[in-house]
Amino acid sequence: MYVAVKGGEKAIDTAHAWLAEERRGDRDVADLSVAQIREQLALAVNRVMAEGALYDPDLAALAIKQARGDLIEAIFLIRAYRTTQARFGHSEPVDTGKMRCDRRISATFKDAPGGQVLGPTFDYTHRLIDFALAAEDQAANASQVEAQSGDAAAAEMPRITDFLDRDGLIQPELRDDTTPPDMTREPLAYPANRALRLQALARGDEGFLLGMAYSTQRGYGRNHPFVGELRVGRVDVEMEIPELGFAITVGEVTLTECETVNQFVGSKSEPPQFTRGYGLVLGHTERKAISMALVDRALRWQELDEDNSGAPAQDEEFVLAHADNIQATGFLEHIKLPHYVDFQSELELIRKLRAEAQAAQMVRQPEAAE
Amino acid sequence: MPDPTQPLTPDQAARRDWMSLLAKSAPAALKDRFDTLPAIPTHHFLRQPEAGAVMMRGRAGGTGAAFNLGEITVTRCALRLETGEVGYGYVQGRSTDHATRAALVDALMQTDRADETRAAVLTPLASDAATRDRARAVKAAATKVDFFTMVRGED
Repeated sequence: MYVAVKGGEKAIDTAHAWLAEERRGDRDVADLSVAQIREQLALAVNRVMAEGALYDPDLAALAIKQARGDLIEAIFLIRAYRTTQARFGHSEPVDTGKMRCDRRISATFKDAPGGQVLGPTFDYTHRLIDFALAAEDQAANASQVEAQSGDAAAAEMPRITDFLDRDGLIQPELRDDTTPPDMTREPLAYPANRALRLQALARGDEGFLLGMAYSTQRGYGRNHPFVGELRVGRVDVEMEIPELGFAITVGEVTLTECETVNQFVGSKSEPPQFTRGYGLVLGHTERKAISMALVDRALRWQELDEDNSGAPAQDEEFVLAHADNIQATGFLEHIKLPHYVDFQSELELIRKLRAEAQAAQMVRQPEAAE
Repeated sequence: MPDPTQPLTPDQAARRDWMSLLAKSAPAALKDRFDTLPAIPTHHFLRQPEAGAVMMRGRAGGTGAAFNLGEITVTRCALRLETGEVGYGYVQGRSTDHATRAALVDALMQTDRADETRAAVLTPLASDAATRDRARAVKAAATKVDFFTMVRGED
């Protein structure tokens, strides 16, 4: 238990002033602008938006600057900001089928209609440090994509899983407009339905979900995933405007969506078919979206009548209760705050027990001497 | 309140389109266009500009059950021109000035200055947005690949 302490104001103020100074760093080096962070550290900004569960690139960039690049601290700032904001309502479910894709790949169908579009990817790079980026000459290191004319007519990008769905080879994903539970309004309760799990996973810690997803690949709740499709691009966010009685687009967001296709041999109630895992994450956040899809699939063992192998990734409460890095870091880091009263009572207890143990020994010792 | 299951009237559809365009526009871009409009009529707020959030929803598997994905910042306001037209601003982000300009444009589009407003603000914004979308689509198309599967050496 954390017990309030008094005093230390001057030391705390000074510590915070020094923190601000350290954040700024060497004053001979130019100050980093929020726009520079937003534009040039975009994947950090995306992670902060995804796990902060609030899409606002400028705000996320500012949080990263304030947090000195500590992304969990930045996510904390975003979550705290979010709680101060009025909620105007909810959007219509975004239509990722109409995504304006920067990237769209399938690991299952080579000749996917719409094509394999690599987009701006680290895939197939050699992971060698590019020392040219350290050069001061900005013109030299800003390579430009030669815009090829022609063939840009926004290609239709049909869902890969639709092809399997048409042949009845994959478990269908039926439209359901039931109002989903919202963990920002009601605390998580178990058992959670899939909608609640997806919300928790979408804002969960990337590292934790990566570890959980990896564990399923290594055999702890194995479910044989293929990346049926991974797409990154922009979608419109539509909301019904109460004053008007119709929906307008209130914004545009970049999302990453991953659909996995998983082997399924069938059960008493389900025929042999492919099943799905789903990942949808704010921003360009591929690793997280794939991880989310694998963990989503692992958590569906019950509805698919699969065996629970006792793997951590199949344990809904274990996964959902530990995926949130702000809850986790809050509980973890609070133990460094003053616990003097708590510790004082522990100290007294230990002294008392030791005194008793010593006294008991004193009583026994004369007997032992005989 | 109109029935949401009914298709929109042409006027409603047009208004939806310009409000959507304004919502997605960059604050600086709208300001640049808006500032070219002469004589902005006096107006008063029916709802003061207010920044807040909208919960975005997605669907499991892209097409299935709705779930809450995360929020997006939105700023809104409502105002009435001295001539009586009511304009609504619902824009992405946290700029109250941006929401106010969007609401003023929405109101002006209902007056006899609609053509002027469309030419000065909406058409250039739409054209800029189309150019940006097209530039990205062209770059994406340039990264389209054809993979060939190779026969492996071993059985």
